[in-house]
Amino acid sequence: MLSMLLISFYRRIKKYFLIIFGTLLMLAHLYMVFIFVPTDAETGIIQRIFYIHVPLAWIAFFAFFITLIGSIMFLWKRDFKWDRLASASAEIGFLFITLMLISGCIWAKPVWGVWWVWTARLTMSLVLWFIYAAYFIIRAYISEPGQRARFAAVVGIIGFLNIPLVFAAVELWTTQHPGMIIFEGGLTTEMKLTLIVGLVAYTVLYALLLKDRFVLKNFKNELNQMKNLVTGG
Amino acid sequence: MKLLDKTLVIAWKDILSEFRTREIISSVLVFAGLVLVIFNFAFSGSRQEMLALAPGILWVTFAFAGVLSLNRSFIQEREENCLEGLMVCPISREAIYLGKMLSSLFFMVIIEAAVLLVFGLLFNVNVITLPMVMLTLLATIGFAAIGTLFSALAVNTRAREMVLPILFFPIVSPVIIAAVNASELMLNGAVWSEMASWIGIIAAFDVIFLTASYLIFGFIVEE
Repeated sequence: MLSMLLISFYRRIKKYFLIIFGTLLMLAHLYMVFIFVPTDAETGIIQRIFYIHVPLAWIAFFAFFITLIGSIMFLWKRDFKWDRLASASAEIGFLFITLMLISGCIWAKPVWGVWWVWTARLTMSLVLWFIYAAYFIIRAYISEPGQRARFAAVVGIIGFLNIPLVFAAVELWTTQHPGMIIFEGGLTTEMKLTLIVGLVAYTVLYALLLKDRFVLKNFKNELNQMKNLVTGG
Repeated sequence: MKLLDKTLVIAWKDILSEFRTREIISSVLVFAGLVLVIFNFAFSGSRQEMLALAPGILWVTFAFAGVLSLNRSFIQEREENCLEGLMVCPISREAIYLGKMLSSLFFMVIIEAAVLLVFGLLFNVNVITLPMVMLTLLATIGFAAIGTLFSALAVNTRAREMVLPILFFPIVSPVIIAAVNASELMLNGAVWSEMASWIGIIAAFDVIFLTASYLIFGFIVEE
């Protein structure tokens, strides 16, 4: 009887499982960031932004990796669903890298009294921000869908290939022009745990956003096809 | 014909047409000269200060001049519908890419040689040394490799001239960072071993993007 109830309950919530799971994780993460985790001894309360900053950065890079996969698959298979996946992921990656830069600024201000410091990570993220901004500009400037998808895929691949080089260059650059290091203390177990929960929570958020954007783009595409049928385009 | 022959034919076609029309080199040279003069107004200072600013001024000038000449590379082909002509030639896309890359590289090297000369004269800093020339050549290969790919892409978009710099500058940023730092070391008389890691980054960029562009170029020009 109980198992029957559980199964029917599971069937009902299956569709919403990821949303419920993600929401719970997010709430848990917020609790951990603000209450559970101890304040960092050296930099104080502002260090708590670290638990949001790092997951944002992780998702940004992961999203651009999915864009790379989508781009390669599109050029290979010529199926527009890959282009929709690549662009949906790039949109989310761009959003997250923007948030990551903003959280970096908020972090820098109380620690060094300035909004921006040219640390290796921030510099690299800024360059990436520009690369993916270009990705969307290219998309906006081309009206023919096949060409748009092809060109965007090229930028998606080249942009990702560039990441290690940008990283190597700015790392070397900041070691030669010694800058400031945001946070280099060892992490306690609580800190590690908070960070891990954050990473999982944001990954679930990414998956949800990606699914929604992807489904929306598919609907848009279907709608356009129907429109073309009706207007005979 | 082998790939190399075809590549050289394409490159020679561009060079020949450039020597007949003198469209790219002359106008970009004037532009580069203007950039140098504007920098002089912006940062006039003692010789010591100029020595510190020289790498930055040089590489900004190279990057701006480079993007300008790269833009022309495919706009010309497009304006006279030459691109269609090239596509129906019994020449592989790869050969077209390599040929266009070589001719762009050739134009940029000529322009940069002139910039180095004028820079030395105007700013009284000796920048024409063997390491400097080698570094410039190495970095320019990277510029031309990725610039030719993006030039072909940009010319097919609505905004043409605007698209190339937006794509080009963020991608070549590792080259610019490395080249500026390596030049700074060179002008201060550093030895090769100190610059090795910077040179390594530029060399890696050249290899990665020459290969990637070579493989990917066909997707840009397919009709």
